[in-house]
Amino acid sequence: MTDSSAHVRVRDIRKTYGKFTALDGVSFDVARGETFALLGPNGAGKSTLIEILEGYRDRTGGDVSVLGVDPQHGGLEWKAKLGIVLQSTGESGNVTVHEQLTHFARFYPNPRDVDETIAAVGLTSKAKTRIKALSGGQRRRVDVALGVIGRPELLFLDEPTTGFDPEARHEFWELIRELKREGTTILLTTHYLDEAAQLGDRAGIISAGRLIEIGEINEIGGPAARVPIVRWRDSGGLHEERTSEPAHTVAALFARLGKEPDGLEVIRPSLESVYLGLVSAAAASATDLAKELA
Amino acid sequence: MNTIALGVTRATYETRVYFRQSDTIFFTFLFPIVMLSIFSVAFSATGNVGTNADGTGGISQAAFYLPGMIAAGILLSGVQNLAVDIAVERGDGTLKRLGGTPLPVLSYFIGKIGQVLLTSMLQIGLLLLIARFAFDVELPTDGDKWVTFAWVYLLGIFTSAVLGIALSRIPRTGKSATAVIIPIVLVLQFISGVYLAFSMLPEWLQNVASVFPLKWMAQGMRSVFLPDSFASQEQGGEWGLTGVAIVLVVWLVVGLIASRLTFRWIRKDS
Repeated sequence: MTDSSAHVRVRDIRKTYGKFTALDGVSFDVARGETFALLGPNGAGKSTLIEILEGYRDRTGGDVSVLGVDPQHGGLEWKAKLGIVLQSTGESGNVTVHEQLTHFARFYPNPRDVDETIAAVGLTSKAKTRIKALSGGQRRRVDVALGVIGRPELLFLDEPTTGFDPEARHEFWELIRELKREGTTILLTTHYLDEAAQLGDRAGIISAGRLIEIGEINEIGGPAARVPIVRWRDSGGLHEERTSEPAHTVAALFARLGKEPDGLEVIRPSLESVYLGLVSAAAASATDLAKELA
Repeated sequence: MNTIALGVTRATYETRVYFRQSDTIFFTFLFPIVMLSIFSVAFSATGNVGTNADGTGGISQAAFYLPGMIAAGILLSGVQNLAVDIAVERGDGTLKRLGGTPLPVLSYFIGKIGQVLLTSMLQIGLLLLIARFAFDVELPTDGDKWVTFAWVYLLGIFTSAVLGIALSRIPRTGKSATAVIIPIVLVLQFISGVYLAFSMLPEWLQNVASVFPLKWMAQGMRSVFLPDSFASQEQGGEWGLTGVAIVLVVWLVVGLIASRLTFRWIRKDS
């Protein structure tokens, strides 16, 4: 290992299915204790990438190291250090929440306390309920609990909060922050950009199998993409002005109009709008490229 | 925790789940018992089987069907139960999840085979109790017969279990599992002397059935539970226990190799 602090190290990874290229030369690192959010539209290759890192799929090319091990040759000791929350689950669930966690805890050398884990995902009142009788969001919490029961060094979360109500999502964020405090390295994929912004230290954006952007969560897209927007309305319609000095612009606007501008907003682009800008730009350049080739 | 201890943990977990599934309880666990009851009652008016010309001897319909039902129970508890169960677990993501944990594959197998052994011993025990007390079937008193019973049973149940694991690869989805597996098991029961007396089948069909293990399990069980006078109706005119042992061992080895070669937590890259 060249960099012992990296828990995940991906170099020029490629994955093809016949003629279809799912991943086309992606490289990044996830440092020990870091939370890295992997973002991108459906079908961009996020799940393919995460399943290669989890050892479920083989790659076509490139180098991968997860906790110092090539996932294609990961043994049981390696698996004992991982926590995996898969994107979809549909088990028949003829066991109770408590039974399932107690059972899975026995697979690991140093598991978390079962009751504490159930409490951490907010299912204490459902501990004796069979999993099949739970709602979708509650079952997802069981998935998360099963992912963390083994006290993983590295936790994979593939769209963990799909189907959660807002309150459950906030509780889940608290749980993840607690895991971060304990030093767990986390690799997260999500469609909720606010979730990535809340939890992530860094983010990478994947589009059509390529990593189009990577960086600190509050710097992604570069400074230009984060320049605030002042927006107001007058008889001429809606106006927008991008400025790094919004207070100055608003003051000048007030002086010019001599009254309160209608519908005044100062907008700092959220991760979501930065993300949407990047993804649509990537899609547009791909279309241009296709036209040139045709 | 070592592989064996985890396997035992899996077996208790699996057995608990087994008894919570009403469909497996009926179509696997209770099925031979239900069938024995139906046959015994339906054919009771036909009188005894193998009665002498002077009206003596012969055994009741329940006694005649008991060995076949025991063999069917072994096949259902092993092949049908595991082939469907594992195919469903592959389809619903259970195996994928287990594959992401440090559970050894061998512990998973020990758990499945342990579940088969526990549930099938209960099933056969119940079948014998019902035969004895509800249908008044005389059970063997000779110790040698019970020794034969023990080895035919153990060889049969392990063979069925590993064949179930191997066959679980065939259904493409969990939903199609019962539709793929049950016809195989059902046809075998009809041609192997479970529902129809083996001696009344045409010779070519008997030869086809002789390739598969169920015919030999049923024959071994007949040697335990039927009077020796019935041996003359077997192919070759004797109980043929050497043949039973050879065919079952061959299938056991085939099943072990097939399971070992084909089992994967998930279908990679599908």
